[in-house]
Amino acid sequence: MIARTITVARKELLHIVRDRRTMAVMFLIPIVQLFLLGYAATTDIEHLRTTVLDGDRTPQSRELIEAYRASNYFDIVAYVADEDELARMMDRGTVWAGLIIPAGYGADVVSGQTASVAFVIDGSDPNVANAVFAASQQVGQAQSMRIIERRLGISPDEMTALEVRSRVWYNPEMKSVNFMIPGLIAMILFTITIMLTSLAIVREREQGTIEQLMVTPIRPIELVVGKVTPYIAVAFFNVLEVLAIGVYWFGVPIHGSLGLLMALAAVFLMTSLGIGIFISSVTNTQQEAMLTVWMMLLPSIFLAGFFFPLEAMPKFLQAISYFIPLRYMLVIIRGIILKGVGIGPLADQVVPLLLFGVSILIFAATRFRKRLE
Amino acid sequence: MNEYVIETDNLTKRFKQVTAVDGLDLRIRRGEIFGLLGPDGAGKTTTIRVLCAIMEPTEGSVRVAGFDTVRESEEIKKRIGYMPQQFSLYGDLTVLENLIFFADIFGVERGEREKRIARLLEFARMTKFKKRRAAHLSGGMQKKLALACTLIHQPQILFLDEPTTGVDPVSRREFWDILTELHLQGVTLFVSTPYMDEAERCSRVGLMFEGGLIICDAPERIKSLVEGDLLELRPDRLREAARAIGGLPGVLEVQTYGDLLHVFVDDAQRRIQTIQEVLSEAGISVRGLRQTRPRMEEAFISLIRKRIEGR
Repeated sequence: MIARTITVARKELLHIVRDRRTMAVMFLIPIVQLFLLGYAATTDIEHLRTTVLDGDRTPQSRELIEAYRASNYFDIVAYVADEDELARMMDRGTVWAGLIIPAGYGADVVSGQTASVAFVIDGSDPNVANAVFAASQQVGQAQSMRIIERRLGISPDEMTALEVRSRVWYNPEMKSVNFMIPGLIAMILFTITIMLTSLAIVREREQGTIEQLMVTPIRPIELVVGKVTPYIAVAFFNVLEVLAIGVYWFGVPIHGSLGLLMALAAVFLMTSLGIGIFISSVTNTQQEAMLTVWMMLLPSIFLAGFFFPLEAMPKFLQAISYFIPLRYMLVIIRGIILKGVGIGPLADQVVPLLLFGVSILIFAATRFRKRLE
Repeated sequence: MNEYVIETDNLTKRFKQVTAVDGLDLRIRRGEIFGLLGPDGAGKTTTIRVLCAIMEPTEGSVRVAGFDTVRESEEIKKRIGYMPQQFSLYGDLTVLENLIFFADIFGVERGEREKRIARLLEFARMTKFKKRRAAHLSGGMQKKLALACTLIHQPQILFLDEPTTGVDPVSRREFWDILTELHLQGVTLFVSTPYMDEAERCSRVGLMFEGGLIICDAPERIKSLVEGDLLELRPDRLREAARAIGGLPGVLEVQTYGDLLHVFVDDAQRRIQTIQEVLSEAGISVRGLRQTRPRMEEAFISLIRKRIEGR
């Protein structure tokens, strides 16, 4: 039993080693995904291209513009003369935001009246717009305080009646990458194993080698276990790869136990292996398998709360998400890496994940027959 | 022990649309070289797959090496070797790696494994190619490697599905020499082939057509079933010649074969004259009109034709 499984695993390893291109893809995909998501899929806003319509042209208006620029959120890339020009720039997408300071702003500030300015935001992407909105308000509030301070000659501390001291836990700098990388580890475990296992088994069917194997005494379980073993190793290697880059390049802190992380990753692997084996049992060619993998991958990623919070989804989508194993793993991995929690607080996630894993794996393995249809 | 190593009763295999094998009854003795002949789509591959216990029959019972193919499939697999029609080894593995893989799957002991592999490589005349990747072998060599892999566990019965399709004539001959050698060693061989000339090398052949056996006997006896004498001629206008001869008295059947015409007549000596006259009247020149012995090919075409006409 064990001997034949090892024989199959050794053969599979030879396939992997001989196929340089697949091997390159296998080890590079996680790195590419990591850099893409680490840098590109960030919702942190910085240096947003902004235009200014300064209808006032006073030292006060210039001070306000400088306040926006100095915040680092906004880059003043152009000054325009009228609103039409500002609108054109927004239309073309050359700028994301526009600050409009009306004539008389400086005078209002000096005379102690409530001065007002307009801040226009491109709301096409609500995520960006939300962040820009908050940043524009924040800079404006700070400037307002400064004006009052100067006007009354007292420091802001003296005139605060209520101060809300928000403290951000787990990811104090609120860096997107800290949130993305743990999620990415789960996603890589999910995609790589599903894809590689389903392709590896379907390949035998497509090439007809399965027919030769069927007339040997090999048991389906030996074949399946032998074939997926090397890919389990690949998946774990990928996890370490992503962790290493996450920690040493992006500076993501790991607060929890690496051992627990790996152990729960193994639990999670059962589900993705099971799904991969299942896909290979219902498809006949690598192309079919690939398409099936993609068909189930995208909804999984969205419904599991990889990019968008589950809490923001409609109730029925939230209900569906309970059937997506990736959902539980995302909570687990973010919990371990960002919050440093142990197995205790994660029990609610681990139990369903384990149930899913065992049942999917058993279901998939029993579907595998030594018969041609 | 039963004298038959392969026994099928009313073996039937239906797929959604077609009935691939229709009520097949086969009895094959230990030590035979049995040739399953027939055109593409006759049901040869399906029959072999059912015999190898990798496909379940829709109806009928099948026993191979004394075991039932449905209930005792794993017992059968220990005793048979199967070489599918399509190359089904690992192209990215070397000759040696493929052999080792199958030896290990069959649980051949280490020391014994090396001995057997060396012997099989020698037997297949492939020793000097053992480090070559299977994908880089010629078609004929791939077939020999596949054969070697199916022999690694020393099966009693060997099933070969069109082992020489797509192989050059020299390699084909060599392959059959190897099969003959196995036959001499006592292995029962079950070979399917679309090549009629290969049937001559079998101890018994079955002609399969549209899922059933038309005939099953020794090659000599099948050939003797052909009625009348066979005349072979090479006319310059084949179709016209066939039409002109077809209606003549004493002509039983006309078959075209490349640019040759095969004419079955009741009595060669009596009819040869008439044929010559009819053709020269029609202005068709003929080369090499002679009497010849019917081969398997003519016998089968004749039998299949009778079956179609008989409906």
